[in-house]
Amino acid sequence: MIEFTLWDILRNLLLATRWTMLLSIVSFIGGGAVGLGLLFLRISKRKSFRTVAKYYIELFQGTPLLMQFFIAFFGLGLFGIDVPAWLAAGLALTLWSAAFLAEIWRGCVEAVVRGQWEASASLGMGRLQQMRYVILPQALRVAIPPTVGFSVQIVKGTALTSIIGFVELSKAGTVVTNATFQPFTVYGLVALIYFALCWPLSKSSQILERKLNVAHRNH
Amino acid sequence: MSYHFEFGWLLEYYPEIVKGILITLELIAIGGMLGISLGIFCAWVRALGPAWLKPVVATYVELIRNTPFLIQLFFIFFGLPSLGLKLSELTAANLAMVVNLGAYSCEIIRAGIQATPKGQFEAGESLAMTRFETFRHVVLVPSLQRIWPALSSQVVIVMLGSSVVSQIAAEDLTFAANFIQSRTFRAFEAYIVSTSIYLVLAILLRQVLAVVGGFIFPRRAAR
Repeated sequence: MIEFTLWDILRNLLLATRWTMLLSIVSFIGGGAVGLGLLFLRISKRKSFRTVAKYYIELFQGTPLLMQFFIAFFGLGLFGIDVPAWLAAGLALTLWSAAFLAEIWRGCVEAVVRGQWEASASLGMGRLQQMRYVILPQALRVAIPPTVGFSVQIVKGTALTSIIGFVELSKAGTVVTNATFQPFTVYGLVALIYFALCWPLSKSSQILERKLNVAHRNH
Repeated sequence: MSYHFEFGWLLEYYPEIVKGILITLELIAIGGMLGISLGIFCAWVRALGPAWLKPVVATYVELIRNTPFLIQLFFIFFGLPSLGLKLSELTAANLAMVVNLGAYSCEIIRAGIQATPKGQFEAGESLAMTRFETFRHVVLVPSLQRIWPALSSQVVIVMLGSSVVSQIAAEDLTFAANFIQSRTFRAFEAYIVSTSIYLVLAILLRQVLAVVGGFIFPRRAAR
């Protein structure tokens, strides 16, 4: 039997961590883009748009992420697309995080006082101009801390992609465990690596919240 | 697209589905109650407890909140046996849920405790209550009332997260879906139906928690 040193285990896990990071970044950017679109629908003047966005958000927030992975994985196959695991993983994570980001950002847009809408309307701005020049810049300040905080959820969400066969940190953990028979060490290390990825994000979210809040109080 | 949806044959498997639903509900009932209790204890420690215990609880909360539930589950189920602690699938699943919800609810409840006006503590003290009595009778219930909506959402999130326990072969609803899928190769139908059941469960659970909140905190209605 081959002996595995702690360094062998750690090196393999760290190599797989690249995929966790890549998938997190892609999902965050994709989710942000789709989420922004959803946000516009959610606060649109048309009731039908608002309803569509509301049901979308309800659907993705009310079902397990794991099930969304399964459906993306098997569902895309029905359309004759040969689904590699990374495609299903990226797609499901993007759609899932879009729902949460849209809802977070809606709260931030609603935190902008009503008078700002009225003032910009009185300057003859259209809906898009109001958003672009008046509302979003102000909402952005409120939105940064919870958005950074949510990125932690995305990093943790990528762990589930191991179940549909995408080889990232969690999957590597399982593979290495099967080779070394040291589940305690391996999963402990995996947890620590996730912690090292997530904790700086959580911490900076807290710090940003405090900073931006203090600035707000001084106004 | 030449796929024909057929949901009829799913009826054959209704015992598995019902069993899965019951186990998912059992997981969230036990996990919810014990998890929130653990959360209350940890919140008490972080806000008012003894100084030596604070860093321990803080480490626990940060570790759990910054690692995926799946890894916590694997660590408990596969990792702990090396320390001589062998747990059955369901016990491991329950333990993971309690530990997970405990950390999240700790932070939520702590926010509620910290929003309590200082005068409330002083009032308790002036009635010759001990620190613990003040916490139990004056601070805790209004704190929980304040954060009940946030706590309810967290319980729903943990319920949805519980689908992961199928990975250690705990026979919850997702396990049933996987079982049906492997028997019939009708993946799409099996997962659509179980996802819909989860959606219904999530909506129901939210309603139930709102009703429960109304019972525990009757003052809200009176106000």
